[in-house]
Amino acid sequence: MGQYFQPEIECASREEIVAIQNKKLIEQVKHVWENVPYYRKKMEKKGVTPDDIKSIEDLHKLPFLSKKDLRDAYPYGLMGVPKSECVRIHSTSGTTGKRVVAFYTQGDIDLWEECCARAIVAAGGSKDDVCQVSYGFGLFTGGAGLNGGSHKVGCLTVPISSGNTERQIMFIQDLQATIICCTPSYAAYLGESMREMGLGPDDIPLKAGIFGAEAWSEEMRRDIEKTLGIKAYDIYGLTELSGPGVSFECSEQTGMHINEDHFIAEIIDPDTEEVLEDGQWGELVFTAIDKKAFPMMRYRTRDICRLSREACSCGRTHVKMEKPRGRSDDMLIIRGVNVFPSQIETVLLENGYQANYQIIVDRVNNTDTLDVHVEMTPEMFTDNVTDITKAQNELVAGLKSMLGLKAKVTLVAPKSITRSEGKAVRVIDNRKI
Amino acid sequence: MSVKQISIFLENKPGKMCEMTEVLAQNKINMRALSLAETDGFGIVRIIVDDVYEATTVLKDASYINKLTSVVIVEIPDVPGGLNQVLKVFAGAKINLDYMYALATETGEHAYMVFRVNDHKAAEAALEKAGIRVIAQEEISTL
Repeated sequence: MGQYFQPEIECASREEIVAIQNKKLIEQVKHVWENVPYYRKKMEKKGVTPDDIKSIEDLHKLPFLSKKDLRDAYPYGLMGVPKSECVRIHSTSGTTGKRVVAFYTQGDIDLWEECCARAIVAAGGSKDDVCQVSYGFGLFTGGAGLNGGSHKVGCLTVPISSGNTERQIMFIQDLQATIICCTPSYAAYLGESMREMGLGPDDIPLKAGIFGAEAWSEEMRRDIEKTLGIKAYDIYGLTELSGPGVSFECSEQTGMHINEDHFIAEIIDPDTEEVLEDGQWGELVFTAIDKKAFPMMRYRTRDICRLSREACSCGRTHVKMEKPRGRSDDMLIIRGVNVFPSQIETVLLENGYQANYQIIVDRVNNTDTLDVHVEMTPEMFTDNVTDITKAQNELVAGLKSMLGLKAKVTLVAPKSITRSEGKAVRVIDNRKI
Repeated sequence: MSVKQISIFLENKPGKMCEMTEVLAQNKINMRALSLAETDGFGIVRIIVDDVYEATTVLKDASYINKLTSVVIVEIPDVPGGLNQVLKVFAGAKINLDYMYALATETGEHAYMVFRVNDHKAAEAALEKAGIRVIAQEEISTL
């Protein structure tokens, strides 16, 4: 197996991709019309029937689904096949309200795992690799998705899940793991722990990492690449659309190829809901065209993103999406300014701190306050109060110029910020609005 | 002749100093001098101990960030004007003091002061010239 897991699909011509999409979309619209009364009602309300959808050109006629629909239809309202046809559920962490519960037929799982397999091969993986899956297993999609993908590629798969950092490092060394899959914050934590154990990048055989499920910056990528001695690849997905693998990075590392034979991407203006042209920033909307149990139609991801159809040097022809600027679920509006945690992370790394931080938002006398807690590091600590305060003020200035608002920076003790070993808790919003 | 002082990063919150001294207590580390520089959000605790290696090891194991800094410890006669004599030497040699604090002793004859200065070599040379005794690392446990 070479550079691609499914070259005939991954490198198909635009005409071939559009032909696949047309065929699958028409079938999928019929499927939801017949099997998902919740969505059928939405279509009827908009005056659309399956006959109106003759090709992907007609996609814009279909109604949107949003997170609110998922909540309203919870738990079974958006299921597209009888329960007897479903073999599994996965669920989100539910940090922004009710959990999302997504259903899968065996076919849905197969196509999802194939998407993950494409990502692993794009990161240089083959059957000769040992792939350590350090995403959490269970309801979370990370572990299951990459584990299945790794099987499909034929890697020797280590389903270690997250946590127990010393055992992680021991397995990497003893089993000679060459690929690791986990959240970027956990990868950074592994690097930090290695350094504490006196281990450097040359002490471990890892060559590549596939990191996703949370926002991370280019600076964090470089940091992880350096401490672990690997090439770090981004992977994107969401439970509503199966999980990781909706799109993935190739060796070019300039955006993630969307698996267009399964998911059609659109960018819309989040306010007017108008479809925008390629290259413009807007909200990412996905239509799953062949997932049967949980068929998401024009699902609004809340991710702010843009698409590029420029030819990629890797040979893949599928459209690329940029790393989302932030999920609008993560986006904070502070004193009327949009703030993404990833922006704060960028400033921290630029100023010599590590990405161990927490953002605490509160409202005092009707004014929002932004307090960024940053862990002190041995590199940044000196005996001189003036020097530390100066670095702290530079951080405040850096945040001001990045965000356009004044933040308070509080230096806290190392390891005092809670690290859930899956997703890091980055934001605490104490405002009572 | 300079002595190694351990500087430790602490959050400026109730109980944080106590947590740190608990680590030292449990490891039977005796502090000979302590000073605290505080700001709004954090503090730097500076301590002088008998066994620097042991103290930094247990602090690091307990996840405390610490750094070693060179300081000068000076023996001062415990009489009115004793400190003033030493400071005159520094002033005369144009040595700037960053900070200073006292060291606990059992004898009443001498007092001991810890100085962080901008130029160690010059400070020690000036003190020597003035006949003032500077304490070495090994001597700390005997004071």
